Amino acid sequence: MSVSGVEGEERSDFSAAESKQIRQRSLRLLGSLVRPLRARVILTMTVVIVSTAAQVAGPALIAFGIDRGLPALVDRDWVPLAFAVAAYLVSGVVGATLIAWYTVLTARISQAILFDLRKRVFLHTQRLSLEFHENYTSGRIIARQTSDLDAIRELLDSGINQLVQGALYMLFIAIAMFSLDWVSGLVLFGALVPLAILTRWFQKRSQKSFRETRTASAQLIVQFVETMTGIRAVKAFRKEKRNEMEFGGLVESYRVSNSRVIQLFAIFDPGLVLIGNVTLAVILLVGGLRVAGDGLAIGVLLATLLYTRQFFAPAQEMAMFYNSYQSAAAALEKISGVLEELPGVPDPTTPIDLFQAQGRVSFDDVEFAYKADRVILPRFDLELPAGQTIALVGSTGAGKSTLAKLISRFYDPSHGTISLDGIDLRQLHPKDLRRAIVMVTQEAYLFSGTVADNIALGKPDATRDEIVRAAQAVGAHEFIELLPGGYDTEVNKRGGRVSAGQRQLLSFARAFIADPVVLILDEATASLDIPSERLVQEGLQTLLADRTAIIIAHRLSTVAIADRVLVMEHGIIVEDGTPRDLIAGTGRFAQLHAAWRESLV
Amino acid sequence: MPEISTPPRASKRASTFASIRRLYPYMKPAMPRIYLGTVTALAAGVVALLIPQVLRGLVDGPLQSGDAQQIWPAFAIVLGLGIVEAVMVYLRRMLVLTPGTHVEARMRNALYEKLQVLPVSFHDRWPSGQLLSRAVSDLNLIRRWVSFGLVLLVVNVLTIVVGFVFLLNISWVLGVLFMVCSIPLWIYGFVFENKYSTVARRSQDQAGDLATTVEESVHGIRVLKAFGRGKHALNNFANQADVLRGTEIEKARAIAGIWLWLLLVPDVTFALCLLGGVWLAVDGQISVGDLVAFFATATVLRFPVESIGFLLSMTFDTRTATDRFFEVIDSRNSIVDPVEPLTVADPRGRLVLHDVHFRYQDSPAHVPDLVNGVDLAIEPGETMALVGLTGSGKSTITALTTRLYDVTGGSITVDGVDVRELRLTELRSLIAMAFEDATLFSASVRDNVLLGRPDGTEADLAEAIDIAQASFVYDLPEGLDTRVGEEGLSLSGGQRQRLALARAVAAKPSVLVLDDPLSALDVDTEALVEAALRRVLASTTALIVAHRPSTVMLADRVALLQDGRVTAIGTHSELLESSEHYRFVISSLEDEEQREREEVGS
Ligand SMILES: Nc1ncnc2c1ncn2[C@@H]1O[C@H](COP(=O)(O)OP(=O)(O)OP(=O)(O)O)[C@@H](O)[C@H]1O
Ligand SMILES: Nc1ncnc2c1ncn2[C@@H]1O[C@H](COP(=O)(O)OP(=O)(O)OP(=O)(O)O)[C@@H](O)[C@H]1O
Ligand SMILES: [Mg+2]
Ligand SMILES: [Mg+2]
Repeated sequence: MSVSGVEGEERSDFSAAESKQIRQRSLRLLGSLVRPLRARVILTMTVVIVSTAAQVAGPALIAFGIDRGLPALVDRDWVPLAFAVAAYLVSGVVGATLIAWYTVLTARISQAILFDLRKRVFLHTQRLSLEFHENYTSGRIIARQTSDLDAIRELLDSGINQLVQGALYMLFIAIAMFSLDWVSGLVLFGALVPLAILTRWFQKRSQKSFRETRTASAQLIVQFVETMTGIRAVKAFRKEKRNEMEFGGLVESYRVSNSRVIQLFAIFDPGLVLIGNVTLAVILLVGGLRVAGDGLAIGVLLATLLYTRQFFAPAQEMAMFYNSYQSAAAALEKISGVLEELPGVPDPTTPIDLFQAQGRVSFDDVEFAYKADRVILPRFDLELPAGQTIALVGSTGAGKSTLAKLISRFYDPSHGTISLDGIDLRQLHPKDLRRAIVMVTQEAYLFSGTVADNIALGKPDATRDEIVRAAQAVGAHEFIELLPGGYDTEVNKRGGRVSAGQRQLLSFARAFIADPVVLILDEATASLDIPSERLVQEGLQTLLADRTAIIIAHRLSTVAIADRVLVMEHGIIVEDGTPRDLIAGTGRFAQLHAAWRESLV
Repeated sequence: MPEISTPPRASKRASTFASIRRLYPYMKPAMPRIYLGTVTALAAGVVALLIPQVLRGLVDGPLQSGDAQQIWPAFAIVLGLGIVEAVMVYLRRMLVLTPGTHVEARMRNALYEKLQVLPVSFHDRWPSGQLLSRAVSDLNLIRRWVSFGLVLLVVNVLTIVVGFVFLLNISWVLGVLFMVCSIPLWIYGFVFENKYSTVARRSQDQAGDLATTVEESVHGIRVLKAFGRGKHALNNFANQADVLRGTEIEKARAIAGIWLWLLLVPDVTFALCLLGGVWLAVDGQISVGDLVAFFATATVLRFPVESIGFLLSMTFDTRTATDRFFEVIDSRNSIVDPVEPLTVADPRGRLVLHDVHFRYQDSPAHVPDLVNGVDLAIEPGETMALVGLTGSGKSTITALTTRLYDVTGGSITVDGVDVRELRLTELRSLIAMAFEDATLFSASVRDNVLLGRPDGTEADLAEAIDIAQASFVYDLPEGLDTRVGEEGLSLSGGQRQRLALARAVAAKPSVLVLDDPLSALDVDTEALVEAALRRVLASTTALIVAHRPSTVMLADRVALLQDGRVTAIGTHSELLESSEHYRFVISSLEDEEQREREEVGS
């Protein structure tokens, strides 16, 4: 089994090699995120080093005050004490100010990283093919963008803070310890061994659990999103109780994987405390014996003890950091997996520009299958001359939408080429492709936002005038005017605020305003009432005069405006001719047409 | 007050304590462990404070006298205390952390449950990302606070208090000095709350908006691809993300502010105490051992003091998360089971709309009701078609029958019982719907079809599939077990629609409500479905929304919806004859013929 891309994402039992591969890809990602911020990172590091140094100076200054200031003061010499106090004040103020500054600096860095990562994931998911989306489901992508990014944010927000500071703290303290009293320094050094062992144990065990947490939370989100999306059907078919059971199960498995992590941490954290306290006792012993014996000043003993305490205090914070690090690492693994996915319909590496498309579409020896073993469109050739209006009819499931999706390059053919004005779609500059070919999909999806926003999606820089004109052209203007806010009415999620027919009119207006050379209408009037449909058709006659159009429709009234009819059955174009010829003939279309005429009465 | 509003942005400013106290019911089962955890945490804190006391005795006693033998007991005590502290920390973790996850799970289930019960009008208005961010991010915050922030906050404050006592005990002068110096901290804490809470709220709301955008960008990916608007969507998204980034940085500024104080104040205090302490020691008022113990104790206190910063910000985050959670939980829901539900003992399927009025919440006052006094009686076994222009309110009426919305006037009855008098589950098993957009779930074909009859047999399944002419499912790669993809989007439009139809039929309801059920079918298939559907409709009451004459043919009678009322009822041919509007709405034939004649003529 492979672990590239999102494959094997739900597993948590990776082999060592797989683990390594995954870790490396997330490290690469992390590196590429941090690289542009190098300068800022260096500045931040400098700030934190200085500030930590200032803070670490504290106990040494106290030691100085007690060991030197006290005896001096007995001799009425204020200078050493005054020096210690002043130095303490200065280092305190400098340390605190810098830490505050540093907090803002890290926030800037971490937010910059998150911003970058968010955009990358967003853009990449937009690039990925529909095939990917159909398998991966929206819930998972949302999980990547929300809960996984949350985990990373946690790390960046507090974690890095703790790590850098904690590590520096420990380093400085170790240096200070060695310079104060090397014997105690050695003891401290010895304590690092069990510390390292414990940390390694935690890392190994928690990695797996954290992966499980990410997977569990994604499953939770998938179920949540799907329920909320289909809430009407959930209610109408009384799925609430069953959903509660399912969701409850997912919540529970998320809870279990979470508490597994927490339990590991419940051993890790006190383990650190224990190591710290034992070290403290040993240093007390070693130091105390020597103070009693001779040699060591009490102030120095005190300082070593304070240092030891402080050495392990950040260790606890570091443990927390480590925790969020592991969690973020698991999240980053998943995200890097998505980013590693190659778009199934890739943008050309050396795109060919087509500034002024004519609109001639040709299929050359094309074959297509969604899944390798189930061919939907067997090999065929087809030429659609520029400017022609083509009606594509055929029974449901025949492959009409599939053909349309191939022209708008939602998918690439499994074999052969599809070209616009002689240029393979795979070579064509995506911008030119999208400008030239626009499809109104069978599902009229509206985004939340205003009516005007939704129409303007076809042409982002459209003026209000243009929007109104497009709405008028498709006969949507009247109902829009009647909405409470006219063109500025919010259509709510998925356009729930307007009726099905109105939704179709809006998505039609959206295509109209885009003004493409090749327009594909996939059942664009199926939910309209007959008068509106008639209006649309009248509009179409002028609209389609100078462009190539492919109109898919079950209501054959559309056929009247077509120059040519293609009849499709089981993925094969069985008839091809002018409407008049086909109607006059005895073929499939003649039958269909007769049946349809009958259905009108 | 409107029954349901869009997600509120800034809440009324109840106190943080009052907000968070509302978590209590969810935390109640966890409380014993939380209390115990607090005790153990406090014990750990006190033990940590005892260690300096041992040092004090050591410095003043054996070390002064140079008696090396005395070191050993002190070592043993410190070691013992150290082990006790570690054990206490372990106990605290074990005690408190699991209940936290239970609290989270309980709240998450409660939220999900509530969301499923809340009416469609609620879901119309609440952006999906706002719901999601509440269910995921906010509850995570709450869990972390319960299992960690809460206890530490209590314990650290207590530890600081106990520490003060120790300090006072060592030297009351230094102790008082320490206490006085920390007053600015408490003041700043309150300033911080105000500053931070509003930003925290804003950032959580913005994160929700961002989630909405992500969700729509994925659900609407076909449209974005069809228009090549990926970049455009990215720009919108990036703008939103940028706003969130600004808010987060603002939050960091607030945190930096409190950090500054939390570090600065102890440092200044230490410096002053050093000055005072040494002076007192020289003066002979305290011993060197006292001085050592004082600083050792004060150092132990530093971590609790510093941690107050992030514990406070965590608490305020939790407070806003709690507010956001309860905004959903508190939403009023008028579409609920009646207090004393009636039942339909012998369902025959007589559906009557009596002077039904309905208007959507946001419709302006001057506009007449969308459904403005509809009277319609559908007799058992009868099939009624509902015909009207786009936007005339047909789908709205179908939604009223199963109480996806409630009528604003008049009543709807099933077999004489008002739908509001029935339990929702009963009502919805009496009436099954097929929506105009298919809304399938990413489950197997079988689960989708048997959605309304989970205990249905294979025979039920096969029958429903047969009636909806959906036998294509047997040809799918895994037959009935094929997953249909999210929202059924790996099927063709007509296939989706037939599955949705099969789903309604499989529920075997007394009343079938079909909203434009054949719109995506070709003429032949449509005829086949109609023929099969007639078998069912012979015995089942049905309300069918229709746009085409062919669909109307299924019905015994047709009701014409016009300006919010049913203006004509009769058979198709009767209405064709009598109603001008009906001819306008449904008939394309003359028009069609004329066009063809023109074409042939030209
Ligand atoms: N994303 C997909 N993945 C796998 N199979 C698919 C996918 N989309 C469609 N199919 C299958 O391909 C076949 C053709 O579907 P298509 O959508 O092209 O039909 P159509 O002619 O547009 O039908 P309709 O008139 O019902 O819309 C169907 O059998 C369908 O199940
Ligand atoms: N959730 C909503 N909130 C506010 N107004 C709505 C909502 N849903 C629909 N409307 C409005 O109510 C009117 C009736 O909508 P409805 O969906 O019932 O129409 P319809 O008759 O089913 O039309 P179609 O034939 O296009 O499906 C429309 O004008 C629509 O804009
Ligand atoms: Mg189709
Ligand atoms: Mg409708």
